[in-house]
This record gives sequence, structure tokens and C-alpha cells, in this order.
Amino acid sequence: MAAHTDDGTRRDFLVVAANAFAAVGGAAVLWPLIQQMNPDASTQALASIEVDVSPIKEGQAITVMWRGKPVFIRHRTADEITQAAAVDPNQLPDKSARNDALPEKAPASDANRTKAGKAQWLVMVGICTHLGCIPKGQGLSDIKGDYNGWFCVCHGSSYDTAGRIRRGPAPRNLDVPAYDFLSDTMIKIG
Amino acid sequence: MSQHESTYKPGSRLEHWMDERLPLMRMMHGQFVDFPTPRNLNYLWTFGGILTFCLVVQIVTGIVLAMHYIPHAEMAFDSVEKIRRDVNYGWLIRNVHAVGASMFFFAVYIHMARGLYYGSYKAPREVLWILGVLLFLLMMATGFLGYTLPWGQMSFWGVTVITNLFSSLDSIIPGLGTKIVQWLWGGYSVSTVTLNRFFSLHYLLPFVIVGVVALHIWALHVVGQNNPTGLDIKTANDSVPMAPHAVAKDIFGLGVFVILFAWFVFFANPLVTPPHIVPEWYFLPFYAILRAIPSKLGGVIAMFSAILILVFIPWLDTSRVRSARYRPIFKWCLWFFFFSVLALGYLGGKPAEGVYVAWAQFFTVYYFAFFLLIMPIVGVMETPSAMPRSIAESVLGGSGRPTGAAAAPAKH
Repeated sequence: MAAHTDDGTRRDFLVVAANAFAAVGGAAVLWPLIQQMNPDASTQALASIEVDVSPIKEGQAITVMWRGKPVFIRHRTADEITQAAAVDPNQLPDKSARNDALPEKAPASDANRTKAGKAQWLVMVGICTHLGCIPKGQGLSDIKGDYNGWFCVCHGSSYDTAGRIRRGPAPRNLDVPAYDFLSDTMIKIG
Repeated sequence: MSQHESTYKPGSRLEHWMDERLPLMRMMHGQFVDFPTPRNLNYLWTFGGILTFCLVVQIVTGIVLAMHYIPHAEMAFDSVEKIRRDVNYGWLIRNVHAVGASMFFFAVYIHMARGLYYGSYKAPREVLWILGVLLFLLMMATGFLGYTLPWGQMSFWGVTVITNLFSSLDSIIPGLGTKIVQWLWGGYSVSTVTLNRFFSLHYLLPFVIVGVVALHIWALHVVGQNNPTGLDIKTANDSVPMAPHAVAKDIFGLGVFVILFAWFVFFANPLVTPPHIVPEWYFLPFYAILRAIPSKLGGVIAMFSAILILVFIPWLDTSRVRSARYRPIFKWCLWFFFFSVLALGYLGGKPAEGVYVAWAQFFTVYYFAFFLLIMPIVGVMETPSAMPRSIAESVLGGSGRPTGAAAAPAKH
């Protein structure tokens, strides 16, 4: 009987070991099949673009494509900057600056959404943080929403003149991508 | 499979030879010719066959369309236009496929409503019902993927909005949702790469549906069909052989359905562009639920819960009576539920503002309350009305209505 019990234990061990081996093998086969769906090398290579902002007059805005996404570049008026700076970041629905150049915890003040000394330039990804529509507000005749910034017509999110969410279902402020001023009128995004 | 004596008699020598090796004909005969079918089935029971027809139509037309379609961001729209204008009968095949998707959902909603009304989800049909919910989910996935393929404005934004639902996971684990969305897209935005994989999966899923349909029919034939009384088949008198009785009814029902189908293919114009971004009509009730919740993650959870809750209703419904016909309180709650789903469908097509949102919230609350409160509570509280003693009595001993059924026992 003792030998029989031994057999059982050995068999149990073999079954468990074989199953574990098959599971690891299965996972190893699955990994490339999942990974192939991630952005490929050529997509990742299109990382950065340079934009000349000198033709944009005060009060105007342009949209450029970066990594397949629209990026809003707005030359803000003094009035718009004052409006944005006057808001207490602690009163906002999203208190984070959402600026790739700053840590996650940076407050959503107007200064944290722009570059020092370049407060007139607002650069951000023009994709509504709700479900990815492109908000209105770039054109001079567009509706700009209740906060004079951008308005997403899909589900009614209103952004202010610093691109911060103020009303509507969107959970986050518009993302500010990593960018730098190469000169006074040339910026590099990405 | 459900037990009944096989009446299959192989005729020719070939049939004898085959029957001893693979009794396929014997199985088909047993399951689809002399299969015992409740004798009181109404036309709502023809929708199973109609749905099978829809699936075959979608697969056949889809295979043909795939011969002419090009899954590339710059060529997809033109290739669809080419199918409509240049390919021989392309306009017809494309119309049948596009209208077919709507007809498929129309039929599946009736099929589901029938299941809810007559308690077809209750024991012993739980697995049958859950397979049905799985089929509904697969249909929705396939429909959504297919809708993106023409790559027009609406389909482009459709992909963007729906895939972005997953980014709501960012509020649980920061970055996770964005990672998943980029994985689905194969890039930082919706592109040719995305279109290609959607086409691949749109071609795959219908065959997965075929497999699950086979299981669905198998499960149906193990437990047998439900019927308008919700009673089990107890004696031979309660049932008739499937052929010719149920088959004849199925064919007539299908004929009427095909006429409606053809009317949409030839005369109705489904290509009216709505003024703002809305999904196809068959997604609208769930879209309304998504928008009714003022939080992004909450809306996504509510929308998926609205479908997944169907899996649990065999256990949420506490009543021992299957058919709503004999459930005076539940019946009206159910009719109001059907009305709520239609109302949500209407509201899902309206802009998400003001009074529309408020009403969508009201009907969303009722949608969930119906399953989570009414089903368990009414099932315990309610006194069922008098029921016929058997299927045969409901047909032969009265009008089949509750009053007639109540009068019927006196005759015995």
C-alpha cells in the first residue's frame, strides 16, 4: 500500500509539473501575439516635430499634427491670460497641471500649463479627455464654451483659456505635451 | 440531447452504410424533424430560425464584400464606393450586408424580449440563456467593428469614441487605460493599423458566433423549447413533431421577415447622416446609459453592467412561474422595462444636454432597478394568476388566455 501511495504522489507531482510547464509555454507563445498589437517601430520613430509660430497673430490659433494627434497652439490675448491666471487651481475639477514636463502633482495653475516668460503661448493635445473628440474653439468663429476656451460638441465639455476642464464629463485637463522653444518663434514638440 | 426514441429509417444502401459510420442523418432527423416541439408556440418562436438566417446572410455577403474591400485608411472609403458603383451587383450585396446588420439586431432584440416575457431564462435554461447573452456581446463587437470599415467621418469617430472608453481605466491605475488604448490602436491615434486589425477581427468573429450558435442550439435541444405557458412538456399530447408543424411556422415567419428585409434593402435609405456623432441605432440604449452617468469610468461600468446583468437574471428572478402571462404585477413591470429600453434608445440619439440627460438617468435607474429590485422582490410577493394544467389544456381547453385557462379545469 505504501508503494501505491508513493505512486500517487509521484503522479500528482508529474501532473502539476507538466501543467505548470504547459502554462509557462502557453504564456511564452501568447506574449508575442499580444505584443505585436502595440505601436510598431515606424510609428514610434515619428516622435517629434518643429513648428514656426511667428505667423500666428495674437488671438489666433493653429492645429498641427503630432504622432497622429492634433496639437493646439494658441497665441493668447492678455485678457485670456488674465482670465486663466485668476482661477484658483484648487477650485478646478482636475487639479493637476497635466504637463508632461512637470511632475504629476504640479497644480493646474496657468503658469504650470505654459513656459516661463512665454505665457502667451498655449500648446496642448487637442483631444477631449472624455472620449477623444476634437474640441471646437480653434477657429475665430467657433463656439468656445462657457469659459471662452474650447468646447467639445460630442458630450458638452467646456475648457477654459488654459485648456483646463471646467464643466462637462471630461475627467482631465487637456494634456500639455513635452515641448521646447528652440528660438522665440520656433518650438519643438516631442 | 433530449431523450426520445429515434424514428429515423435509413432508406438507401448508402444511407445504411453512412448511418453505421457517422449517424449524422439520424441526428438531424432526431433534432430537426421529429424533435418534440410544444404545440402552442406562437410566431415569437420563429425568431431563432430567423436569426440563423441573418447570420448566414451576413457571412455570405461579407465574404463577397471582403473580395472587393481594401482595409487601408486612404483606400477603404473609395473601395466601398467602388463596390456600390462599379462591382457587378455590388450595390445589392453591400445594401444587404448593411441592412442585414440592422435586421439582425432587430430580430435579436425581439428574441431577447420573448425570452424575458416567457421566462425562457429560468431553470433549466440558464446555460442556454447565458450563451445567448454571449452571442449578443459577440454580435455587438462584430457590428461595431464592421461599422468602422467604410472609414467615413462617422465610423472614424465611432472608433475613436468607443476605443477611448478603455482610457477610463486611467482613473483606477494611471497610465493603464492609455496603454490599452494604444495597444488597441497600434499607434498614438486611430490609423490604417487600427483599420487593418478591425477588418481581421470583423472577419473572424462571425465564425466564433457560428460556434456559439451551435452550442446555443445544442443547449436548447437538451432542455427543450419553452412555450407561451412556460409549462414543461409532460405528455406526448403536449408536443408535436418539429417537422412539419414548427418548420412550417418558421418558414412563414421567415417569409414575412424577408419581405421587410427586402423593403429596407431596396426602398429605405439608411444613409441619412445624423447631425451629431451617434452610434448605430442598435447601440443607442446602451449609449444613453453611458452618457447618463456623469463620471467617465462610472458611465463605462454602467454600460457594460447593463449587458452583463443579463447573465445573472436566472438567479435574480425569484418567481417559480416562468411565463409573465400568469404574473399580473411582473407583467406590467416588464412592459415598462421594454418601454424604458425604447426610451433610452430614443434618448441615446439626442444630444447629451438638459432634459434628455435627466430622462436618461431616470430610465437608467429603472433599467437596473427592474433586474436588481423588481425581479427578486416581485417574484416573492406576487400571487400568480390561475394557470392551465398542461400545454395541451391551454390549447385545447380554452382560448389560452389566463381567464380561459382559469375556466378550463372545470371541463376535466
